[in-house]
Amino acid sequence: MSAPSKVDKVLENYNFAKRDKLIPILQDVQAADGYISKPAALKVAKHLNIPASKVFGVATFYNQFRFKPVGKYHIMICRGTACHVKGSAAVLKMCEEVLGIKAGDTTRDGLFSIEVVACIGACGLAPVISVNGEFHAKVTADKLRRLVEDFKKAENSNGK
Amino acid sequence: MKLTVNGKPVEAQAGETLLTVLRREGVHVPTLCHMEGMLPSGACRICVVEVEGQANLIPSCSFPAAEGMKILSNSPRVINARRTVVELLLGSHPDDCLYCAKQPTCDLNRLSRDYGVTSRRFPVTRKKKPLDISSPSISRDPDKCILCGKCVRVCEEVQSVACIDFVKRGSDSFIGCAFDSSLNVSSCINCGQCINVCPTGALMEKSDIQPVMDALADKNKYVVVQHAPSISVSLAEEFGLPAGSDVNGVMTAAFRKMGFKAVFDTSFAADLTIMEEASELAHRIKNGGALPMFTSCSPGWIKFIETFYPEMLPNLSTCKSPQQMLGAMIKTYYAKKQGLNPAKMVSVSVMPCTAKKFEVTRPEMGRDGYPDIDAVLTTRELAQMLRIYGIDLKTLQPEEPDMPFGDRSTAGKLFGASGGVMEAALRTAHFLLTGKELGTLKVEAVRGQAGIKEAKLKIGALEAGVAAVSGLGNARKLIDEIKNGRKDLHFIEIMTCPGGCINGGGQPFARNKAAIVERMRALYNIDATEKLRTSHANKAVQSLYKDFLGKPLGEKSHHLLHTKYSKRKAADVA
Repeated sequence: MSAPSKVDKVLENYNFAKRDKLIPILQDVQAADGYISKPAALKVAKHLNIPASKVFGVATFYNQFRFKPVGKYHIMICRGTACHVKGSAAVLKMCEEVLGIKAGDTTRDGLFSIEVVACIGACGLAPVISVNGEFHAKVTADKLRRLVEDFKKAENSNGK
Repeated sequence: MKLTVNGKPVEAQAGETLLTVLRREGVHVPTLCHMEGMLPSGACRICVVEVEGQANLIPSCSFPAAEGMKILSNSPRVINARRTVVELLLGSHPDDCLYCAKQPTCDLNRLSRDYGVTSRRFPVTRKKKPLDISSPSISRDPDKCILCGKCVRVCEEVQSVACIDFVKRGSDSFIGCAFDSSLNVSSCINCGQCINVCPTGALMEKSDIQPVMDALADKNKYVVVQHAPSISVSLAEEFGLPAGSDVNGVMTAAFRKMGFKAVFDTSFAADLTIMEEASELAHRIKNGGALPMFTSCSPGWIKFIETFYPEMLPNLSTCKSPQQMLGAMIKTYYAKKQGLNPAKMVSVSVMPCTAKKFEVTRPEMGRDGYPDIDAVLTTRELAQMLRIYGIDLKTLQPEEPDMPFGDRSTAGKLFGASGGVMEAALRTAHFLLTGKELGTLKVEAVRGQAGIKEAKLKIGALEAGVAAVSGLGNARKLIDEIKNGRKDLHFIEIMTCPGGCINGGGQPFARNKAAIVERMRALYNIDATEKLRTSHANKAVQSLYKDFLGKPLGEKSHHLLHTKYSKRKAADVA
């Protein structure tokens, strides 16, 4: 037997749990692992004695769950009301185009991931994004493109 | 209680839904997500009616009848709402109906015709998703899916497989496997019950018509066909004849017209299966083998037990299914007898079943690099082929099948209905164990539509406990009882599809459950009217043993008629 994984430890807190605990378990798994991996979802399904398709169905219903680890640069784009009015839809679109991934996804090189959030409580800075917790105010599509290029450059020079 | 429907007073019982009441009164109410005999889901809203005093329209499928209700089932408001539902569904549906294999049985197309929808009111907004043709049995076109959820429910609630579910939310939602994997790596057992309930062309069998037609056109190929016990009592429905009509003789004639060199009856192989399986059961009882023994004819069930209950595999009969037994006999015994090169033979089978398409691809089902069965057609595909070849069953004279695999007992024919394998096996096991025939031969307790049928039967000194189960949700229940210590059962027949092969995933789309009952009745009628009613009395089977196989469970049987199973991994089962 291998050492218990983070998921096993989460499940230890849910002995004899029924299917109504599915969402809290998924939240804890994501908190521990950073995302819901396939093996983790299978373990949760087995633990609750429900089909994996059900676990996947529930998890994909909610935006909060991710199925890939977050990137080195985790970009959270606010799609709250104030940011929406100030043009966050264009920011999100640009972000997806530049990185070639959809919200909720992670680039293949593991560098970038995008997450859409409803409001990060900084409406005065709208449209606002946060990269690894650092806020960027009044972001335009153009500004975001430059920001991503800067991160890529930084990565390239680090690599050399 | 009393209520009125369109001004007419009607009676209703407490707990009935409005839909039940309306349909009893002869009021046609369209449905897309409703499933006979199951709890309502209320997903599609096409069944709405107006109820006086209610501000909104009411989905009749899920709303209980109440005293004094005044229902309008075809008011302008109702008709307008239903038409809008159809128009909205068409707004995310492709309009390639001309080329859709589901025609003319598509419910969505029928509704748009019925409600006079003549143009696309809403532009298509849905993103295209790729076809899933990964499974050898089932092809999925997510673009044609209207999200009624019937496939999800039949997979989970009837079959307890649950390899598909709703994925994502709102306008992004679709039906998919766990992790959006393709069907072939999932725990899907290929039963095709999802196809039978799908109102559109989103779920269809994987068609194998073209390779069969190519083989028939190839002068260098020797193409033979076998047909399963339930085909002759269901094919007629595809041509507008009443459910339960038996067209065995004219179907045999039709096969010859299409160019098949020999027409064999899988019911013959069912008799052969009984000789092996009854002997195996007797052997297990005498020698303390794993009991209860499960039947192994139904390939969906085989994949189910390999995936979900591998620890029960020792209880599974090692007999191949009748299709695979006959497949093995055709390319060995028959080929040798006729002086044919098995490599130039094309062995086709017509089955009520989509899982049979998977079964023939199992690597153990062949030898020397070629498979025992080359192609499997469903009943629906056979009907399509008859139309392509322009063959009218009504103009044909009945013909006899080809020997040496043409004669069958009615016991073999009963395989087509749930409980039939059990009944056939009991007739022969009783004879093998006691040397005497089993009373009147009929075993009423294992007949009929019930999902789990049990009986206690005296065979000599043994009080045998038997069960016939159909629908894998029922199988799961019984297996869990056995795992929890139940010990009174010796022999259990398990059929994947509810009611057995007559309700298989490859059968003509039945409008209601009554058609399935008629198919079953037709098989019982054959058993009641013919003379040869036991597998062990089948002379063709006896001479096959004499000429070639030796004896049941003998060495040749072991190599050709038996198989082994192994634990199966699926992407969605830990």
